[in-house]
This record gives sequence, structure tokens and C-alpha cells, in this order.
Amino acid sequence: MFVKGPSLGLRLLACLILSLALMFSDYRYQHMDQVRSFLTVAVTPLQWAVDLPNRLWSWGAATFSDRNALLEENALLKEQALQLSSKNQRMAYLIAENLRLRELLNAKKPNKDRFLLGEVIGLDADAFTHQVLVNRGRRDGVYEGQAVVDALGLMGQVVSVSTYTSRVLLAADTAHAVPVLINRNGFRVIAIGSGLIDELTLSHVPDTADIREGDLLVTSGLAGRFPKGYPVAEVSTVRHEPGKPFATVSARPLAQLERSRYVLMLNPLDVIDNTNLPVTGSASPETREQE
Amino acid sequence: MFVILLTFVFALLLAAMPLPDTFLWIQPEWVTMVLIYWCIALPHRIGVLAGFFLGLCMDLLDGSLLGQNAMAMSVIAYVALLLYQRMRNYGALQQALMVGLLISISLLIFQWIQNLTSVAADTLAFLLPAITSMLLWPWFFIGMRTIRRRFQIH
Repeated sequence: MFVKGPSLGLRLLACLILSLALMFSDYRYQHMDQVRSFLTVAVTPLQWAVDLPNRLWSWGAATFSDRNALLEENALLKEQALQLSSKNQRMAYLIAENLRLRELLNAKKPNKDRFLLGEVIGLDADAFTHQVLVNRGRRDGVYEGQAVVDALGLMGQVVSVSTYTSRVLLAADTAHAVPVLINRNGFRVIAIGSGLIDELTLSHVPDTADIREGDLLVTSGLAGRFPKGYPVAEVSTVRHEPGKPFATVSARPLAQLERSRYVLMLNPLDVIDNTNLPVTGSASPETREQE
Repeated sequence: MFVILLTFVFALLLAAMPLPDTFLWIQPEWVTMVLIYWCIALPHRIGVLAGFFLGLCMDLLDGSLLGQNAMAMSVIAYVALLLYQRMRNYGALQQALMVGLLISISLLIFQWIQNLTSVAADTLAFLLPAITSMLLWPWFFIGMRTIRRRFQIH
């Protein structure tokens, strides 16, 4: 009745064909990532707006918090810093020793990992995936496949990058897998996301494998995507089922996947524009060269 | 037009709001509800194309497959445009049921594509948002009507 131009059915048909074409190319072809990253810039203000209450709250909390509370926190942090630096002292010695031993073995010197500090500004509003949005994008040297860690362990990897933001697939997502090894004995396994935020599944673990509850799993560095030596998870249950070739093993991620606000994005690309370079530094889980 | 746009933006913000996992399962489909309302109220202005672009925005915000929400939203806009005369004459209860049905359809389309391309829900619990949207619809409708009258959008 009101319709001007093409009829309703035709419009629907056009939209359906368009969305099918979009989905197909997004699913199949890599170069659609660029289109997506370009389009994502358009919704970036929305993503910032969603995070606004959170930032206002923390700003308010910092501004109006009790002086005593701040002093207390300060004292606590100082104590923590002291503890960490004392640990670090021993670390320097161990690293030097490690280097000497490596030299004895004629092994290659390990690379230092650089990192980029990012802040989580959004969570996916979808119950079926585990992704977070980070306020670093292509402009800051983020790239697809980049490993992301928090203070305690591996968070996941970057799956899509736009100019100002990037999307990180968490290790607990069903589409995520990471090659790990058991820190105790070097046994290699693959940790696959279970879809539950606090659980990873270890696939194809032989029933006779030496794996126990409480074993620490660290990235093995195989496949080249994740740098090696970052803690990933701790084995929580090992179930041997008679008659099955593989044991059912699940692990608890060490990173605070659902809580971490600040993340480290490892080995960012060098960006040409150095004028407003974000906080960078160098860190490495096992090897920091002596200054 | 500005107010309509603003309601869409607000709905998108609500949809993208980080929530605990349990709430995510029952979170009303704000964006779909706003779209259905405007389709019923202003069928000559808001239609399939608006639904398509709205869905595209959702895809970009959600990180879902580009076109996944766009497809569901354009179908919903289409059905809403077919039904708008009837919907206007329905009572609150009947209207709410119809909206619940529409939102279930959009959720089904979304899950269907999800199933083809990656992992989808293994329970019917993904339809819970349709129920919460249905329960909220009468109040939502009154609220939106107030906005429409206040700003005299025709």
C-alpha cells in the first residue's frame, strides 16, 4: 500500500542474496577480514560507549575513594613489588645460569618477547562464543594470530583486527586450540577450549600417559603461533575410562579469562608512527637477558 | 528520523552490554524488539533495508559472521511488514505472543547459520530470549509509543 519502488518481496530477496553473499565470502575468503576491519571502525564509537559506565565507575572509585584505603593499597603494592623484585633477583641468577648451560649445549639463544599493553573494552554479548574486545588495533601493531596473555597465563589469540580495536578469541572458546606441554615431563598435548570459561579439554591423551592432577601446562611453541613457555592451564581432572584408548583430561585455565582487564599482546609488529606509541616493554616468562 | 536512529543505537548498546553468562541466556533481544516496533508503527519508513543494516551493525559488534544477523533481521522486518495491520489491531497479549514468535524465528535463523559455520547451542535454551522479550513486550510497546508520540514521529 505504502510501498514505493521495488516491492517488499523483491527487497527481501535482495537483502537475502546480499547477506548470503556476505556470509559466504566472510566464511571462505581471507580478504574479507579487511572489509570487516574497515566496517568495524564505524561501530567503534558504540564499543567505546558500552565500556563508558565501567570506565566512569573506576574513575569515580579512584577519585572518591578513601585516603586510608589508597594508603593501604599503596602499602600492599609496595610489599608486592618488593616480593617480586626479590624473586626477580634470583631470576637473574637462574637466567645467567640457564644461558651458560645453553652455551655449553651450543643451543640457540632464545628471543626476547616484546609486548603491548591492551585494555579489555568489551565482551561478546553472545553466550556461545568467548571473545573479548581490546583497545589496540592495527595502528598499534596488532595482527591476526597474535598471542595474548594476562598476568597469570595465556588468554588466547587475536582473531580480527580493525584500526583501533581488535578481537581476541579466548582459550576457552570451542574454536580455540593451543599446543602445550606438561612442564614436569615435557609431554606434548593439545588443549582445546571446552566452551566453558573455566575449562580446557586435552585431546588424545593416551591412557598410559604420565599426567596427573595439578600438572602445569605451558605453551610448547610448536606450530609457531604461541611463543613457548607461557603458562596456560593446570590439569584439574584425569579420568581413565576402561575400554577407551584415550583418557579424559580437563584443565583449568590459569589466566583470568572472564576477569582480566589488562592484557599483554606479545610481539607486536613495529608501527611506523612512533609519535603516540602505547606502553611497550619487554618481558619473557623464562628468559630476560641481564642488563 | 534522528529519534528512530537513537532508539536503534540505544538498543545496540543494550545488546552489547557485558553481562554475566546467566543473564546472557535470558537477555531480551532489544534490537529485534525495536525493529519490530518501528516496522509496525512506521511501515513506510522502516523496513527490510533498515533491518539489513541494523543486522550488519550487530554482526560487527558481535563478531559473528558478516551477514548472519543481517539475514535474520531482514526476514523479521519482512514478516513484520506483512503483519503490521493485523498486529496493530491485536490486544497486548496477542501482540506479545506474535512478537515472541517473530523473535524465535530470528533466533532460529541465527542458530541455523551458526550450526552450519561453527558451533551452536545443543539445547533449546537459546530460545529463552524470545520468552523474556515476549514478557517485556507490553511495557516496551507502551514505552516506545510514548516516545513516538512525544517526538511526533510519523
